[in-house]
Amino acid sequence: MTGTGNIVTRLPFPTAARRELGDEQLRRNLRKATHTIRDKRLRVVGEVSDWEQLRVAGAAIKDDVQARLPSLLEQFEAAATAAGATVHWARDAEEACAVVADLVRATGTAEVVKVKSMATQEIGLNEALEAVGINAVETDLAELIVQLADDTPSHILVPAIHYNRTQIRDIFASRMADVDATTLTDDPPALAEAARRHLRSRFLSTKVGISGANFAIAATGTLAVVESEGNGRMCLTLPETLISVVGIEKLLPTFADLEVFLQLLPRSSTGERMNPYTSLWTGVTPGDGPQTVHIVLVDNGRTDTLADPVGRQALRCIRCSACLNVCPVYERVGGHAYGSVYPGPIGAILSPQMSGEGANRTLPYASTLCGACFDACPVRIDIPQVLVHLRQSGVDAARSRPSAERTAMRTMSYVMRDRRRYAAALRAARRGAAPLRLAAGGRGTLRRLPWPLSAWTSTRDAPLPPKQTFREWWAREHSS
Amino acid sequence: MSTRPDARTEILRRVRAAMPTAPVPVPRDYASDDGPPGAEVVDLLVDRLEDYKATVRRCTAADLPATVGALLADVPSLVLPPGVPSSWSSSFAGSRAIDGDPAPLTVTALDAPGVAVVTGCAVAVAQTGTIILDAGPDQGRRLLTLVPDHHVCVVRVDQVVERLPAALRRLADPTRPLTMISGPSATSDIELNRVEGVHGPRRLEVVVVD
Repeated sequence: MTGTGNIVTRLPFPTAARRELGDEQLRRNLRKATHTIRDKRLRVVGEVSDWEQLRVAGAAIKDDVQARLPSLLEQFEAAATAAGATVHWARDAEEACAVVADLVRATGTAEVVKVKSMATQEIGLNEALEAVGINAVETDLAELIVQLADDTPSHILVPAIHYNRTQIRDIFASRMADVDATTLTDDPPALAEAARRHLRSRFLSTKVGISGANFAIAATGTLAVVESEGNGRMCLTLPETLISVVGIEKLLPTFADLEVFLQLLPRSSTGERMNPYTSLWTGVTPGDGPQTVHIVLVDNGRTDTLADPVGRQALRCIRCSACLNVCPVYERVGGHAYGSVYPGPIGAILSPQMSGEGANRTLPYASTLCGACFDACPVRIDIPQVLVHLRQSGVDAARSRPSAERTAMRTMSYVMRDRRRYAAALRAARRGAAPLRLAAGGRGTLRRLPWPLSAWTSTRDAPLPPKQTFREWWAREHSS
Repeated sequence: MSTRPDARTEILRRVRAAMPTAPVPVPRDYASDDGPPGAEVVDLLVDRLEDYKATVRRCTAADLPATVGALLADVPSLVLPPGVPSSWSSSFAGSRAIDGDPAPLTVTALDAPGVAVVTGCAVAVAQTGTIILDAGPDQGRRLLTLVPDHHVCVVRVDQVVERLPAALRRLADPTRPLTMISGPSATSDIELNRVEGVHGPRRLEVVVVD
């Protein structure tokens, strides 16, 4: 069913992008961070001789999961339940938030610690919990920075990628009650230490942890969380109650399938051979970790996406963010321009499909179709193909309404169908362009055209017709 | 919500309605088997552990107590899972507490300054510098290797495999709580550069026993 929550863009992409492009500091920060991670990724991927085979296997496993999703979901539910977990289902963001809020309220606690999770960002869980008086503390460093700054995430892996170290230092100094603002420096180890001290007592005392999951194993009912800092281990191990919000596409058939994804994910996301910590748990283990375990399986637009034969490959996504880091558009506009919690190339195909809503229809145009995202994708999602497919669906949906673009294309089609008509049109265009060429100061392009052609020249120059065509040049060269 | 059909039924119905195709064959042409075991695999593990800022010591079984003792020279108190052989820490002079003997250790006790933990492991992956704990008797509950700021992990060379697929196959029971550790706690959240030392143990010391 149609997804809701933080995947619906409020502003059309061009409007939001223009706003973000005005921020030079943002562009510098993004350029530095994305280039750092690109180089790291290439280095560690280059170490793996069977990388392409792993990509092919990863894509096939995810496609197989989609083909067998009903039985795998039932199998997962049965295995997790047998291991002591309670499985809940939620159709959309509101329902998922309501399920989690009820579970937290039943524990009587007013504060929860959270592991970084795209699923909980997607459904807007923090806001929903706050509305019922429950304080959700983000414990991932970047999520904490964003939360302290009252900001929204701008990257899948590093939500605070738009801040540099000095800006992070200033956020900590002004918003962390327990930090000494006079001595705090912008040295990254000092900032990590400040986060450690800020969260330590909460980890050790909070009764409820909330997580997502990178993978869910159907055969065993096991969940996996891949992380770096140890905040995940804290939230997954120390609370009495653990609630995990999991998209239905996160399933893998068997435990052995992790051998593919635990090689693909860390190298693609942080550019590490392996991330510092990966935790796997299956229901409840007596005496070790949370003794009450809940799993909320969320649809929120995933079944809509699954129904599109071309677009469904977006559901292979393992949220590594490699496509963001290599995207020339993302590098310049940043994550906030995409509106959704899923920015960048993957967001441009995931958000419109999951939500099917208004302004999201501009997202498939937020790309140059250069294809770098497909090359970087560890599960071989052909993002450019889906972008073009979604653009076409958008045009098809509006086919019954008159459109200047379509009228222009029809005219072009008529002119170009006949060689004499085409040559005559070119001659006419050249005569018409002669004064314009003078006005353009001899350049072959025009910077600005009057409305409605200004829609073209607002973002690019308009080329003027050449002084002679190839045919004319050929005829002259070969006439003698 | 009571007026809607239940979410489980509706989601499964929708998944069935959208159902793509027949099962998809998975080509598994990637390297899933290790080469022959050998000294170079252990060397690779050491190299990869050190690359991610773990401290590595190599010793013989006879020298293990002395090696562990040297690593714990500045440590006032030690905690141990119940199944760690007492010989491993026989050279340690400070106070020691065994989890579950007589009672489970509390989080407060584990969080005290200067606490170190010594554990074994289930298997280690050379190619990625990864140690896998599966809550076996010499590894204990997950919080033992999480809350103390200093973790000493003993790895026998016969526990080292080259690649991740071989490591996962070695695990006795994948439904036990599993923790994969690749270097000390770290973050890449500031300008996407790796910085060691956030919430997990900031000192990770690995003793590889020949």
